[in-house]
Order: sequence, then structure tokens, then C-alpha cells
Amino acid sequence: MKPPPASTDHAAAASAFLADEARAGWHDRALWLVRRKRDRAAAAVPEWETLRTLASAVKAHTLSRLDDYLLQFEAQARANGFVVHWAENADVHNALVYDLLCRHGAQRIVKSKSMLTEECGLNPYLEARGIEVVDTDLGERIVQLSGEPPSHLVMPAIHRKKEEIGALFHAQMGTPEGLSDPAALTAAARTDLRARFFRADAALTGVNFAVAETGGFVVCTNEGNADLGVHLAPLHIASMGLEKIIPKAEHLGIFLRLLARSATGQALTVYTSHFHRPAPGQAVHLVLVDNGRTAHLGREGFRDALKCIRCGACLNTCPVYRRSGGHSYGAVIPGPIGAVLMPGVDPERYASLPFASTLCGSCTDVCPVRIDLHGQLYRWRQVLGRRGRGGASKKWRMRLAGAVLSRPRLYRMAGATLRFLLRWLPRRALGPWGRHREWPDPPAERFGTWYEKQRRRS
Amino acid sequence: MSRERILKRIQRNRPPAVALPDVPAFAPPSGARRARFIAAVEEAAGAVVPLEGDVGAWVQRACPDARGVAARLDEAVPGAWRPGPDTPPEALAGLDLFLCKGTLGVAENGAVWVGEAAAGRRAALFLPEHVVLVLPCTALVDTMHEAYRRLDVRAAGFGVFIAGPSKTADIAQALVIGAHGPRRLTVLLR
Repeated sequence: MKPPPASTDHAAAASAFLADEARAGWHDRALWLVRRKRDRAAAAVPEWETLRTLASAVKAHTLSRLDDYLLQFEAQARANGFVVHWAENADVHNALVYDLLCRHGAQRIVKSKSMLTEECGLNPYLEARGIEVVDTDLGERIVQLSGEPPSHLVMPAIHRKKEEIGALFHAQMGTPEGLSDPAALTAAARTDLRARFFRADAALTGVNFAVAETGGFVVCTNEGNADLGVHLAPLHIASMGLEKIIPKAEHLGIFLRLLARSATGQALTVYTSHFHRPAPGQAVHLVLVDNGRTAHLGREGFRDALKCIRCGACLNTCPVYRRSGGHSYGAVIPGPIGAVLMPGVDPERYASLPFASTLCGSCTDVCPVRIDLHGQLYRWRQVLGRRGRGGASKKWRMRLAGAVLSRPRLYRMAGATLRFLLRWLPRRALGPWGRHREWPDPPAERFGTWYEKQRRRS
Repeated sequence: MSRERILKRIQRNRPPAVALPDVPAFAPPSGARRARFIAAVEEAAGAVVPLEGDVGAWVQRACPDARGVAARLDEAVPGAWRPGPDTPPEALAGLDLFLCKGTLGVAENGAVWVGEAAAGRRAALFLPEHVVLVLPCTALVDTMHEAYRRLDVRAAGFGVFIAGPSKTADIAQALVIGAHGPRRLTVLLR
């Protein structure tokens, strides 16, 4: 599935989100709460900062030998009885998965959370070919039923209030009207999905980590939905981005200590499942997907984004994400990590994303694999600016400022003019920045004059 | 072929070699390991029961109303049947209680490692209402690093760290225990 050609306008989409003040406030507070849980969990591990450094270094090493590790993984995975496929882009991936389903006569599939299959647009591709696809992570099921994409990497339905989910379940699953208790709604979804797990012909999962040395892979969930899917279906297809690979099983210790603590503040996800052999009578297919990753590997200054383990910590802490919602990014991966990955996918379409940031650096502070997120955001601005995507008004304003600031007489004159004008201008500044701001009160005299007076006095 | 093109692109684009760091030995946290493990399981909404007598007596005492009971333990549990690789999943879904052995418990997060040999069938760990893992307290380690040093995850075929019962917070961030899998998780520690 090709994304529509329109470019995303983060600021405009964010305004739409902010129109509902109560919801925007709730969203902000809910995510900040998760950020604080993450802080508590991190503080409880004395070697936390060392773990981050190690994780970053292990990923840097792996990326520097990515081809070797992928080949080692392929050989070991085959020895384990898995079938390994390679897909250079989303189209190849989707066609491959569809072909596998056809060969196994699979009509109904259950799927656990996978940002990669979102990226590839797998669901609409399969549905257009008559396959029933059921997302089984509760949050993913909610957004699937409401026909929208996930708005967060680990909390797909964080933008929805419980009353809306109650109405959705009432319409789609026949729960009583007005029911909005999370426990009751979860129980209803559990009953509905249990039946679907038993009926499924195939289960699709993502991959959190793939171990080159052992040829196995690890899938993390809290709900147990990935396991219920794959342990009941005769066919398991696991799709993974090339960057999911790590050298050895011992490195899982580093990443698993960081992942859940960074994501939700839990010490570990409830189920951390390690697959090293198909179950008796089951076929397991692994699809290694490139889809732009090898190109990104060649972008010095940006390649570190491939270290990402999709914990979502940078989203939870980001003052812009929290106040604009995941959908405002118009991208599969939202938030700071999306804003540095997506321009690599399509610089025209996602040009506004690196500007959807205050460059405060909070994302970099929480990233468990130490991706220099705000540095990358800054560098993307340079790249996009050179391509004329920095915004025309910014360009002439900067030029004007440069001209004034480099000429002392002009500068003094501009200062006097502004001090006069500030008194008489309409109270609101122009442009998006000024929408929520008033002009400052003008000082009585220029700084230079004030300074001279002080000096004479002393 | 995707494979060759992908590998060629990696060779063209990969960064200069970076050394693989060694994982240092971290100082063990303070406090008794057993107490830390119990606190971590409880934090994950599971329960830990120090067990002195036999498992069968505990089942009768703690779960007198459990109707479908299955177990894969060395000792007999009255009224329990033994699931295996050929057990149909429908039989497992009807279970109130499933008991099996855990291999290892991790104090830092309350996770217990269970391999498929111990579970009999992979789905047995996910379908019953209440899963009980029997763990000797000599099988506790401090961190995940130590866990991976002790485990052979490849030889297990399938194995899983289980930290508490199945849960979700996907509806309005409200924690709900019992998402798709077991609603209760108990570790019998002896």
C-alpha cells in the first residue's frame, strides 16, 4: 500500500487535537504519569545509566556488522526449523505473507502488535484479498474496530476515552449501551477474542529481539495475546525489521532490563516469550524486512535511529507529542523517534515533523539506547532547510534579522521603532507563535542607554 | 532476489566497525533475594506462597472450588490430570487451575522461566484461569544477566519469562488483570 502523496502538516493537525481542551489535557496528564512510572523504575536500577550505554554500544556494534549477523541468524534459525524469508520492501513483504497464507489455506488470522506490519500496510492488503485479520492486542483491536491507525507505539488507543470505547464496543460487539467500565469492556473483548484465537488458521506476530547466535526470537506482551495466537494456530508468521537483531542471548539481559521499564515502568513485560523451535505440527516463517532500513543505515548522523527498540519513552516525555496526540504526526511512527525516522522514508511528505519539537532534549534523556534524538531533529532541520522545506517565512525573517543585527545604526533604529510600536500594536502577536501570547511591555529606554547610566553612577 | 539486494546495500552502507562491549558483573542489590523476588511478583499483581507441605494439600486449602485442575509435577495433586503435547487446547481453556514447575525466578522483576517441557504444551501456560508455578527458593537469581547465564534458551525450544497474570491498561490507562490469558498467577516457593 502506497501512502497518499499529501504531505503532513503537524501544526494544523495538532490544532484539531487541541480543539478539545479536556481531552488534550487528559492525554497530556496520562502520558506524563507513564513517564513518571518510567522514572521510578529506572531509579530502582543502580546500573541504569551503564545499561543504556551498553545497549547503545551493542546496537552500534550490531549495525556495523549487520550483514554478518543477519546471515548468522538465518543459518541458525533454519537449523532450528524456521523458514526464513527476506523482503526488501513493504510490497514484497505483503505479497510474501499473502502467499504463505494461501499455501496453508489460511482464511482467518490473528495478529499481535507489530509496528512493522503497520508500516507495511499489511492489514488493508490482506483484507482486500478476502483474509479476515483480527488485531488481538486490546489497544490495537480498539483502533482496528474504529478504523484508525494506532496513535502510540505501545498504547495504541491512548487517544480514546473509555466512554468512546464503550460506545464502539456497543456498536461492534453488542456490549450494553453506556457501559464504560474498563474491566467490563476488557472482559467483553476477552470473550470475543478467545473465540477468534480458537478459530484462527494462522497467527502473525512482530519480533522484539532476534538472536543471531541462537537463531531464536523474542516477543514481549502484557496481555498474552501473541502467545494465545501462535500456540493455537498451525502457522506462525513473524515479521521483523532488520534492526531487531542482537548478537547473543546474553544481550537480551541488557535490553529486557531496559525495555519495559522505559515503556510503562514495569520491571518486565508479563510474557517474554523465546521461540527456538516450531511446536509439533506447526510451521514457523520469519520474514526479515528492509523497507528503507538499509538506506537509513547509510545516513551518517541519522543511522543511530535504527537502534530504537520501540519502547515509546520518547513519546511519553515529549511536550509536543503529549499535547498534540499521535495522529497529528500523520505517520506510522509518531513522536520524536517518528520525526527522525519518517523524513528518511519520505522527506517531502514528512518535512513538518522535525519542526514539531522544542529541541528540549527530554527524548534523548530517556532513550534507553541513547539515540541522540534532539540532535537528529536539529540535523534534519538543516537537511530539510537546504531543500527549501524549512518554511519560507522563517527564511526571510532570519535574513531580515541578520541584516538588522549586523548593522549597529539600523539595529538601534529598529529598537526605537519597536519600543514605540509595542505600545500601539494589537495585543496579540502575528503567526502561530503569537496565537497564545501577548506582546511584552516595552522598556522605557534601550539597554545601551541604561548601561551607560549605570556605569556613570558607579 | 530481495536477500542479495539487501545484503549488498548493507555492505555499501554499513558504518565503520564498532567493538562489542563486555557486560560487566553488577554488584548485587541489597536486601534478601527472596524478599526482593516476593515484592517483585506482588508488584506484577502475582502472589507468592511459601510452601512447606505438599502441593496437593495447598490446592485443597487455597482453591477448594477449582473444578478443572491439571498439573505437571513430580508429586500427585488429587483430582488433577496431566496435560501433554497432544492435549487439545479446548481442554486447557476449561481449566480453573494449572500447576507446573518453574525453572528459575528473577528477583529484580518477579519473572519465572518456564520451558515447554515443564508446561507439557505451550498453550497450557496461557489458557487456564489460574496458573501456579512451583519453584524451589534455591532457583532464585538477582538479575536477568544471571538468568541468561544459567539458562539455555535455545535448548528449551520454547520458553517464557512469566511476571504476574495477564494484564492490560489499554482502556484509559486503567489497569485490568486478566486480559487474554490467566487472571491469576501464583508462585509456590519452597
